[in-house]
Amino acid sequence: MTLFIEQCLNGLQFGLLLFLLAAGLTLVFGIMDLVNLAHGSLYMLGAYFAATFAAWTGSFVFGVVLALGATLMVGMVVEVVAMRRLYGRDHLDHVLGTFGLILFFDELVRLVWGPEGLTLPLPSWLNTSVPILPGVDYSAYKLSIIVVTLAVAAFLYVLVMRTRIGMLIRAGASNREMVGALGVNIKLLYTLVFGLGAALAGLAGLMQAPILTVQIGMGENILILAFVITVIGGIGSIRGALVAAIFVGFIDTLGRAFFPDLLRMVLSPAAASTAAPALSSMLIYLLMAVVLVVKPEGLFSASGK
Amino acid sequence: MRKAILAASAALLLAASPAMAQQKTIKIGFISTFSGPVAVIGEDMRNSFELALDHMGRKMGGLPVEVIYEDDGFKPEVGKQKTEKLIESDKVDFISGYIWSNVLLASLKPVVDSKTFLVIANAGPSQIAGELCSPTVFSTSWQNDQTPQAVGLYMNQKGVKSVFLIGPNYAAGKDMLAGVAATFKGKVIGQELTTWPAQLDFSAELAKAKAANPDAIFVFYPGRAGVQVLTQYAQAGLKDKIPLYTAFTIDELSLPLQKELALGVPGAQEWVNDLPNEANKKFVADYIKKYPGKKPSFYGAQSYDAANLIASAVAATKGNMSDKVAVQKALEKANFKSVRGNFRFGNNHVPIQNFYLQDVVKKGDDYVLKTVATIVKDDQDRFHDKCPMK
Repeated sequence: MTLFIEQCLNGLQFGLLLFLLAAGLTLVFGIMDLVNLAHGSLYMLGAYFAATFAAWTGSFVFGVVLALGATLMVGMVVEVVAMRRLYGRDHLDHVLGTFGLILFFDELVRLVWGPEGLTLPLPSWLNTSVPILPGVDYSAYKLSIIVVTLAVAAFLYVLVMRTRIGMLIRAGASNREMVGALGVNIKLLYTLVFGLGAALAGLAGLMQAPILTVQIGMGENILILAFVITVIGGIGSIRGALVAAIFVGFIDTLGRAFFPDLLRMVLSPAAASTAAPALSSMLIYLLMAVVLVVKPEGLFSASGK
Repeated sequence: MRKAILAASAALLLAASPAMAQQKTIKIGFISTFSGPVAVIGEDMRNSFELALDHMGRKMGGLPVEVIYEDDGFKPEVGKQKTEKLIESDKVDFISGYIWSNVLLASLKPVVDSKTFLVIANAGPSQIAGELCSPTVFSTSWQNDQTPQAVGLYMNQKGVKSVFLIGPNYAAGKDMLAGVAATFKGKVIGQELTTWPAQLDFSAELAKAKAANPDAIFVFYPGRAGVQVLTQYAQAGLKDKIPLYTAFTIDELSLPLQKELALGVPGAQEWVNDLPNEANKKFVADYIKKYPGKKPSFYGAQSYDAANLIASAVAATKGNMSDKVAVQKALEKANFKSVRGNFRFGNNHVPIQNFYLQDVVKKGDDYVLKTVATIVKDDQDRFHDKCPMK
């Protein structure tokens, strides 16, 4: 039972982390109609910035705050310099252009920080485990990821549903031309949205950094999952991204944790332990396929699309 | 006029060809990973191979050497393509390198079919030591099972009664876990294989290990995954509860990132930087001199040995690569100074060698690996009986 609780928390933590990445992706995709493969590069930059700033300032928290600001800035600069040329073009051009950005950022990171990668050491108060229930210890850091991401989710909800900027964002997702025609500075709105998405990706990257270390290309594998979440949740829908991300996080973690044992009941132990990792990593894509068949627009498609 | 040019060029050709024959170069293809997160391993192997060439004056048996480095991109299918390219278009005399067992297994057929000599500098899948062994395939590393077998023996010494095994789901991962189970006398109470190389979050597996409450956990995670697994082991609160034993998880390339997390975590290895022999002292000292800020790892040591093994065969046959049997006999003699001290091959062309217990110690601000004890002497892999070569 304690194992089950611990695995559920692992799943929740991973899901919420994926949500941060997917939220930015779905915003940019839904509102700007831009397929941004380079989203994973911003995730990577967030981690590199945090490791660098934390080493400079000697404080984990300062490093994180500075890194968030830096990723936001990089995101806005990328939007102004590169992304603007891609709006209104074919999706294939988006894919080619942003794939080029991935190569650019990977090489840039190699030049600036070298190929070895970095570590972001946790302060000792986070690098322990705390009792959450009698007899159940859980990593303090993973617990703090859950808390921070839930807070960010709440912030995003308020921002999108309760503020003027949020209203414009939602309006932009429904009908871009009309928002522009009503005199809204759509260029500035796009820069802001892209910067926000970048900061969210950077936050995901820097929070993952103490667990997975900081390395070149770290955003590429996880970006695939973020795209799956965007598809399942419905393009442009933050609520959909949250629900889908938690689904995917649970399926991934619980699948890895319990699927091999289930498989061992029907297969020989050797065959089961070989097949289980491959099969459990397919579960997420099966879910996506089912959603695409049943609700091709995704679970919560943005209204009016 | 045209005829004159033709005649002149014919004369030139005739004049040039004997000279060309004398100017034969030894061509070596070297396949490793030079891009992506594990490029540090490929870099260490290339650095060591280049250092070996420097030490021999960049000549083997008096002939100039050309090395063509190819990047497998950490992918079996790319490794196979690059191997075919080296054989078919570069027509190399030797192929060396290969970090990953799955890349090597994918690339093996074209190498064996073309009878190109292969000197493996790291990967050691059980198949190549056993039924797939070949007269033209040699290894300067080990067979995958051997290092974890040594860890299993060490756990017996420490009185460990039960162990939980975690490793990646590919050829080497399966060999490694089987290797521990082969020598460990206690009970293996759980075993988890993880998706390789995509999965870097091991929280689910570590939670299962924790719940099973074994005396010890054994992990095999080469390259960057070794940093992640140690970090997560500490974060899961296991560091003071269940001791960790490793193979190929802590080395000079991962240690600068693992730092204090690696303290007190034992591992087994066939080469450690402080092995007391002249060849090794020279290798380590010159490596640090040539590549400031870097330290050689066992990957590099094996590549250095591979270059010297090839050079010994070229020298013995005076560069006559057409006599395959003579080259094979010369390679089998292993007439070179290995950084491991004595070096000899078993019937399947896998070295028979010692395995040492290595530990991490703090030296000033630096963390270094040192030899603590010899776990097993003159160990031969457990698949050599299956190899038809005698």
